[in-house]
Amino acid sequence: MASHTLHQLQNEEMQQQIIKETFQLVSKRDDNVCNFLEGGSLIGGADYKLIYRHYATLYFVFCVDSSESELGILDLIQVFVETLDKCFENVCELDLIFHVDKVHYILNELVMGGMVLETNMTEIITRIDDQNKLEKQEAGLAAAPARAVSAVKNMNLPQQIKDIKLPDLPAAIKDLKF
Amino acid sequence: MNKARDSLGTMSSIKQVINDAVEKGKEVYEKVRQPNPIRLRDLIRQIRSAKTAAEERAVVNRECAYIRLTFREEDSVWRCRNVAKLLYIHMLGYPAHFGQMECLKLIASPRFTDKRIGYLGAMLLLDERQDVHLLITNSLKNDLNSSTQFVQGLALCTLGAIASPEMSRDLAGEVERLLKSSNAYIRKKAAVCALRIILKVPELMEMFLPATRSLLSEKNHGVLITGVTLITEMCLQSPDMLAHFKKIVPNLVRILKNLIMAGYSPEHDVQGVSDPFLQVKILKLLRILGCGDSDASETMNDILAQVATNTESSKNVGNAILYETVLSIMDIKSESGLRVLAINILGRFLLNADKNIRYVALNTLLRVVHADNSAVQRHRSTILECLKDADISIRKRAMELCFALINGNNIRTMMKELLTFLENAEPEFKATCSSKCVLAAEKYSPNVRWHIDTLLKVVEAAGNHVPDDVVSSTIQLISETRAEQAYAVGELWRHLSVAQLEFQPMIQVSTWCIGEFGDLLLNGQADVTVEETQIIEIYQKILWASQCSITTKEYALTSLMKLSARLNQEVGSIQQVVSAFGSHLNIELQQRGIEYSQLFTRHNHMRGPLLERMPPFEGVRGNGTEGEKGGIAITNGLDNSPDNQSLLNDLSSPNNNNNINSTHENNESNALLLLLGGIEPGEGDTVQAVTSPATSTINATPAPRSTVNADILDLLGLEPGPTAPSNTTTSTSPAQLSHTNNSSSPALLLDGLLNNTSSTTTTTTAGIASLSTPTANSTTLPTNNFIIPQSLSQPSVPGIVAYDKNGMKLDMTFEIQDSVTTINMLATNTSLAQVTDFLFQAAVPKSLQLQMMTPSSTSMAPSATLTQVIKVNNPSKVPLRMRMRLSWQANGSVVQDQGEISHFPPALWQ
Repeated sequence: MASHTLHQLQNEEMQQQIIKETFQLVSKRDDNVCNFLEGGSLIGGADYKLIYRHYATLYFVFCVDSSESELGILDLIQVFVETLDKCFENVCELDLIFHVDKVHYILNELVMGGMVLETNMTEIITRIDDQNKLEKQEAGLAAAPARAVSAVKNMNLPQQIKDIKLPDLPAAIKDLKF
Repeated sequence: MNKARDSLGTMSSIKQVINDAVEKGKEVYEKVRQPNPIRLRDLIRQIRSAKTAAEERAVVNRECAYIRLTFREEDSVWRCRNVAKLLYIHMLGYPAHFGQMECLKLIASPRFTDKRIGYLGAMLLLDERQDVHLLITNSLKNDLNSSTQFVQGLALCTLGAIASPEMSRDLAGEVERLLKSSNAYIRKKAAVCALRIILKVPELMEMFLPATRSLLSEKNHGVLITGVTLITEMCLQSPDMLAHFKKIVPNLVRILKNLIMAGYSPEHDVQGVSDPFLQVKILKLLRILGCGDSDASETMNDILAQVATNTESSKNVGNAILYETVLSIMDIKSESGLRVLAINILGRFLLNADKNIRYVALNTLLRVVHADNSAVQRHRSTILECLKDADISIRKRAMELCFALINGNNIRTMMKELLTFLENAEPEFKATCSSKCVLAAEKYSPNVRWHIDTLLKVVEAAGNHVPDDVVSSTIQLISETRAEQAYAVGELWRHLSVAQLEFQPMIQVSTWCIGEFGDLLLNGQADVTVEETQIIEIYQKILWASQCSITTKEYALTSLMKLSARLNQEVGSIQQVVSAFGSHLNIELQQRGIEYSQLFTRHNHMRGPLLERMPPFEGVRGNGTEGEKGGIAITNGLDNSPDNQSLLNDLSSPNNNNNINSTHENNESNALLLLLGGIEPGEGDTVQAVTSPATSTINATPAPRSTVNADILDLLGLEPGPTAPSNTTTSTSPAQLSHTNNSSSPALLLDGLLNNTSSTTTTTTAGIASLSTPTANSTTLPTNNFIIPQSLSQPSVPGIVAYDKNGMKLDMTFEIQDSVTTINMLATNTSLAQVTDFLFQAAVPKSLQLQMMTPSSTSMAPSATLTQVIKVNNPSKVPLRMRMRLSWQANGSVVQDQGEISHFPPALWQ
């Protein structure tokens, strides 16, 4: 199982292909070879490198251009993984699969638009915690079903059916235009 | 639902009818719309429990259909959950772009939870090309002005990831304002946003300049790191900015100093090093600012030395900093002592157990080896060790570095290691490695014996991965060093006698040399005892082995033929073997078989002289001039059937000379040769007697030779008389061949020379050509030894273009001798297709007689040429006209055309 974090790659259609090939390349590599893979045409040419770290069943792969220090990126991956570990309390691959969104949030505090943003783990964790609290106050994702139940109860079904046939156009437009 | 039904029961009958219909509709509705959408984690569980890819697709498709439906229903309650599910589906690689609009709606929601998912979706699902960008810009603008720092943060983060040029222009003002925010969390994100904006719209750089400068006085490391990144990008983008930021060098030095001098700070400590990320970024910026600037470099020298000496190198973090320091030292104008220190750090890296550190060390050494060769030399033995590394990337770097380090003093040891490496290397390394070995050996060989030994070892070690140029370089080296030929041929015999026949290059080199110098092998000079029968046996093995390539067999067959003039007892068996090839399936080999058999029967008297040893290839080796040298071996247009010319090249060369000898003529031509300054390298007997002191110095360089050509042309121009007939031999029939050879006019020799030069200009090799011409040059243009340079006849009659249509061009040049006009026609294939079955037919008025010679070829590759000679006897001097019919095949279809040429120059009959 591999978790990939690819940055600065624009083409949506290519992404799956890249991920597939990257995984094939990286997973075949022996543990006693270096953690750098020099750019194939797929990831944008010679200026780009794949830098990865291998943790048990997980590979963390970063794709960087020549403006980044190879060894520095290895440290950055380490910081990322340690942060994940702290946020999830002994992170395992299932945490990453079931909380992809949270992994993204954490990564977004570490790296932004492909640039290193913050490397201080305590700072990252504090900010993530603060934002999670904010969500809880709003009775975040997890509380949504409760509200939904009450919403269903109050639903006037015939009215609902009418809504389907004739969607509330002005409202839809308002939402769109926001 | 029951409740609904109960209430329906109390209604009037009319109402009931209506409501029944409503009920029906509701059931249908309920079927498609489950009241509670499944949760993200349930979806993930479902997907994970799918046993086959098809099953997974079914789950995803069902869920996607459902999500689409809810989107259409404008279900705002579940939107957040549905988008989250969609993002998971997107991550699995399924199309999810229909969710873009929903993300925008979530962003517009006042709830942070919605915004968070919405912005994440925007980052994942939108890219620069989407029209929705217009819509998101407004939301971003609102959120950038939000009072909640996390909402601002989300907006900045999204902008930093997906900003398009338009968005950049629209939102630059907001970002600039946030860059001055009092909140460090916002400032650092605004800095990255600014970076993205100037990447998209460089004109906006000026606007961020004041705010950027103040970022360096920060305490917060996050802001510092993004600030330094932003400045680095500005410096890279604009020379003005680079000049402007030169003055911050002292600030950067101070920050760096504080970092390394400051004691332990738990906040920024990474494995005992204080914020290595920031250090790396600063070192990088210093390198850009100090590059080519001695003042700035001066300011940094001290701190770089401090970092280089004070950084603890037992962990990756320390080494990351050291690595950047080394790169900076090498890039700026640093003191020499510092540079040595830097290279020594890299030398230490090479000994590090961590393969990543070895890798970056080799990479860096490779970059600096040309600037500081002697400093790198000190780590040679360590670098050689890396040739044995388990990691292919490291081995590749080490190999390149080794070749960069080879010099006259260390070539013996280095080559020994590299040969061991070559032997065990992966196939993809062998070609480059062997070529580089040859180059290095050529440059630094201590003596010829060693050089030959090395090349043979290279050919042997690289097996079938030897590039052609290595084969030809080896042959050439042996050919040109007379003193070592006996030794070489002995060594090669030893190889050949035990060869496994699967490695072609070694067999090719061996057969070539044994063919040429077989006599040395037999007369005991070569330090081996060989029976003639053994040789024949080996050759038979090679010639009939299925593992041997056609090229190898071509080498072997010609070599065997040559041996027929070197051996004493086994000539009969050679004849047998050779004539057996007269029915070989490969047309090239078959032709050789037939031709060579002829030399045993009808032209046995010519065989000996014809198979003389090749003149040594002299001059520059291993570059493009080989083609030219090859051309020297290609002599005389004596034979010109399309295919065999290349083969007989080497044979015809001595032949020609021999015939000149046999007729014992040629004071004139010898004199001419002298005039030509020995353009023919020392070859056949009498000619050599005259010209041997003059070696082929001219041939080594193409430029002077062309001037010699011009001389020849001048000579010809002065002496146009007797040249014509001998110029026009176009038959392969040996009778005619010898006839023309015997024609004792000086023009024959000239002809040879001229053809010679022309064939070098259209360098052509096919099949065995590589035998006589050890060139790596294998363009298979049909040869033509017969191009008569137009300038040749120009002094007398101007040439004409007889035809230029349908991708075919016919040029005609003329020579007049009494009443006979010789038309040299040069056909050029100007199309992009291969031309085959070229046929030119002509008719002239009755008072004239026409004689058509065989064309030099009937096929032409694109832009190749062929020649044909037409002789017209015009005793009554009437104006020349010619009707012609042309046909050829191109792209599988036949092209035909006919016409009349009536614009012959009047000089032809006046």
